[in-house]
Amino acid sequence: MIFQYELKDNSLRVMLPKELDHHSSIDIRTQTDMLLKTYQVKNLIFDFRQTEFMDSSGIGMVIGRCRNMEFSGGEVTAEHMNERIQKIFLLSGLHKLIKVKEGGDETWTETK
Amino acid sequence: MDRNEMKLTFSARSVNESFARITIAAFLAPLNPSVEELSDIKTAVAEAVTNALIHGYEENPQKEIEMHCMTAGQKVHIEIIDRGKGIEDIEKAREPFYTTRPEWENAGMGISIMEAFMDAVSIESHRDLGTKIIMEKEIGTV
Repeated sequence: MIFQYELKDNSLRVMLPKELDHHSSIDIRTQTDMLLKTYQVKNLIFDFRQTEFMDSSGIGMVIGRCRNMEFSGGEVTAEHMNERIQKIFLLSGLHKLIKVKEGGDETWTETK
Repeated sequence: MDRNEMKLTFSARSVNESFARITIAAFLAPLNPSVEELSDIKTAVAEAVTNALIHGYEENPQKEIEMHCMTAGQKVHIEIIDRGKGIEDIEKAREPFYTTRPEWENAGMGISIMEAFMDAVSIESHRDLGTKIIMEKEIGTV
């Protein structure tokens, strides 16, 4: 499973995996919260460019991080969602909770 | 009318969520579903399997989940069965954003998503006996 984190100027970018389900959400939740606790993150960016599947566990994981960021006064953005993920966002009302960016920051470089 | 059927039993482990999704997609391939239809069914199956795993069995990997799928022509009938603790109030469980486990950060969207993506969803549940989620969808109607 590939998901990565990039920390740059108070921004944490979470590269979400191909399939964002209950199984993959468990580790992302723990690791993201650990990073949010350790560093002063002002912007949390969920990058969906690899993501082809997301279910309600993925929605729950994103909502949970939105709540954490609300406490610390930060902002949450979602980027690079395909049509499928946008449909799930609409269906769950997630688009009302989170800033959705078309296209997104192209400076991200693929790392392993 | 062409009929087909499969039954699958797997351990209630979260790693098997994707196994169940991939299996249902492979089984339904002969019906020639669109990418969208297949994604809808995979998502609905994921919700039902995740519910069985975390609510029915409270993540006990010793337990087993059954997936039963029958097709008749373009009609798909899927049952996801657990023998766990059952749903106390099915009507409440169907309400969007309702969750019995807010501390687990579940969106409370599982059943709403199944209903949005399938033509029909029904739930049979008995306390301490388990839950059966029955979902139906006709392929190629849109």
